[in-house]
Amino acid sequence: MNILTQISENLQKGNDELVEALTQEAIAKNLPPKDILDHGLIAGMNIISDQFKAHEIFLPDVLLAAKAMYAGMNVLKPLLIKDKIPSRGKVVMGTVQGDLHDIGKNLVSIMLQGAGYEIIDLGNDVSPEQFIEAAKTENANIIGMSALLTTTMPVMKKVVALLKEQASAGAIKTVVGGAPVNREFAQEIGADAYGFDAANAVEIVNKLSGH
Amino acid sequence: MRPTVKFLNNELIEKIISEARELLCVLGAEIHNDTILSMLADHGAKINCGKKHAFFTQDIIDKSLSTVPHSFKLYDVLGNETHHFHDYNVHFTPGSAAITILDYKTQKIAKPSTIDYVNYAKVINQLTNIASQSTALIPADVPENISDSYRLYLSLMLCEKPVVTGAFTIEAFAIMKELQIAVRGSEKALAEKPLAIFSCCPTSPLKWSDVTSQNVIDCARHSIPVEFISMPLSGFMAPVTLVGTLISHTAETLSGIVISQLSHPGTPVLYGGSPAIFDMRYETTPMGAIETMMIDCAYNEIGKYFGFPTQGYISLSDAKLLDAQAGCESSMGAMLAALAGINNISGPGMLDFESCQSLEKLVLDNEICGMVLRMIKGIESREDFPALPLFEELLKEKHLLIAKHTRKFLRTEHYFPGTVIDRANRARWESEGATTLWERAHQNVLRLLKQYTPSALPDSVKKDLTDLMQQEARRYGMNTLPEGCL
Ligand code: B12
Repeated sequence: MNILTQISENLQKGNDELVEALTQEAIAKNLPPKDILDHGLIAGMNIISDQFKAHEIFLPDVLLAAKAMYAGMNVLKPLLIKDKIPSRGKVVMGTVQGDLHDIGKNLVSIMLQGAGYEIIDLGNDVSPEQFIEAAKTENANIIGMSALLTTTMPVMKKVVALLKEQASAGAIKTVVGGAPVNREFAQEIGADAYGFDAANAVEIVNKLSGH
Repeated sequence: MRPTVKFLNNELIEKIISEARELLCVLGAEIHNDTILSMLADHGAKINCGKKHAFFTQDIIDKSLSTVPHSFKLYDVLGNETHHFHDYNVHFTPGSAAITILDYKTQKIAKPSTIDYVNYAKVINQLTNIASQSTALIPADVPENISDSYRLYLSLMLCEKPVVTGAFTIEAFAIMKELQIAVRGSEKALAEKPLAIFSCCPTSPLKWSDVTSQNVIDCARHSIPVEFISMPLSGFMAPVTLVGTLISHTAETLSGIVISQLSHPGTPVLYGGSPAIFDMRYETTPMGAIETMMIDCAYNEIGKYFGFPTQGYISLSDAKLLDAQAGCESSMGAMLAALAGINNISGPGMLDFESCQSLEKLVLDNEICGMVLRMIKGIESREDFPALPLFEELLKEKHLLIAKHTRKFLRTEHYFPGTVIDRANRARWESEGATTLWERAHQNVLRLLKQYTPSALPDSVKKDLTDLMQQEARRYGMNTLPEGCL
């Protein structure tokens, strides 16, 4: 079996140690790092997310696969940087000011990380200024915001508005989610996308970052 | 005999409690509140101030457990006793703090506004099987900073029943307390006759935010009853097993009891919760899952083992419409909760993972509650022995429709649900419009709105409430309260 297929299959089974070893082997065989990433790790992760959406597998299976994905990524990362292959993207995540609900935000972070994104998690009760500051210093392409209370949703609007005032306007995209948030609200406040669950968050972030 | 259901034996209960106590002593809890941390330190707990972490001691836990009242009462806005939380007494209360309301006409959800809240309060005032009101919706037409106090204000103005509520911020507590004092006349009168229960939620695992922990001590200082709402999520923020989840729930609830009882020994509390299993396929917290209901009944048994009154978020549904799933999950929950003797059963009206209220569902649930309340009265003999004379009468008269025995016991032996429950034969049902449950429930909502009579709370008190609310609204930039609020 082709080594990239082996990486993909073992990633789907959540064999993190094997995925790490196989990634090393593929590098030793001089396979281009970008191919290992796209046709090995991400190929496996894509199958996992399709199966999850179809309810063939459950959340723990996805998280195990994501863990295997990091194991491979850790080996691959220095080479990707050397080849100047841009990372999938950096996402600043947080639950908005006044809101302590972070379970959904954490799940979205884990899934995005599993899909190859770098996550800067600001935790909960995050002010608009903190979101923008972090996105700028971290050079992030996306700000992801979560709100679970009717009373804290308006903070999202402030972040989007504040971002629009900045010189870098347009370079940083915003995605929003959480129980009281919906597509219409996202549109109304000028956010770039709305995601209804963690798998959907990966889809919208992929779309926004052109993957 | 009152029927009951049990999931745990005493041996298992004791094991769960002992493990939970060990968690509190060995792992401790993260408490983002310096007042509480220093109070715990004064009582001998080891504190890590930098990490906001407290390690409890067995002594502190014992001391706190010893001062919890084993029963307490609630009184309506007029001062009449409505609730006695103890033993196997059960009372229903609507699910609280919905994000949306389900609109009858469009069958779509909408953000609630003042008028929705007013309608809700008018309906709940008249539903006889639901003993209290809750601040069930968050009106979106007032500034966020007053949305929690404003719903309490509307509730106190329009509905006479006591209230299950909660504050979203530390600041909101003050006005929410003032509104209650305005109804009772003085702080002392309020302490003597509690009017509202505040829900206070620890964060799983073993953590208290500054907001919710401060709400616990503020309530304790004013003898306002609190219900602890621990929400371990099986398989996610708690062990996947039901016993593991119960250990987590017990530890968190005990930590809440310690905070309230050390702040003010004897503060009334409900041993409550809103745990759920975590659905690993949909990333949701199903309240209608049978395992969620089993956890609720079981922690209630642990509360009862301590001798404390209990509460549970059960008898609600995750359905999106008033469909068969809504009926099935709500009645399964209501039935189990009542059999288990959960003293304050929160849920009626609620859909979609505690996020959507429906007036039509409230009307249906009121009937479910009615049937369940009938059921727990059990089967008792009522002049049934000796049986001979009644059967002789039956054989002689050919029926018992007008027998003295029938007339005496008909209305207590049989519960008569309202028209939302269809008991007509098919031909009559067709001749009366072949209505769906939705339509009948809505007809009932319209009828209740039409026949609503204002709360008997004196006008002078209503004026005081309005003055307080207006003042608070002005503080947050709203000069006049929304149209239709009275
Ligand atoms: C668990 C929970 C809590 C826990 C939170 C623990 C934690 N660490 O997060 C605790 C107990 C602490 C809690 C506290 C409170 N809660 Co609460 N809570 C819930 C509950 C039951 C479930 C939330 C949850 O975790 N769901 C599971 C996760 C996986 O789903 P999720 O968060 O929706 O996230 C998914 C999607 O929305 C999406 N998503 C989420 N964020 C993002 C972000 C992006 C960028 C994207 C793309 C997608 C995305 O993907 C996620 C994964 O699928 C909800 C009910 C509900 N229906 O939401 C109430 C609920 C949100 N809480 C509520 C309330 C009122 C409170 C309190 C104010 C109660 C009180 N009086 O103390 C406090 C809040 C204090 C504060 N200032 O924040 C209300 C809100 C009412 C309203 N109209 O605003 C709700 C609706 C329940 C109710 N009816 O009372 N709560």
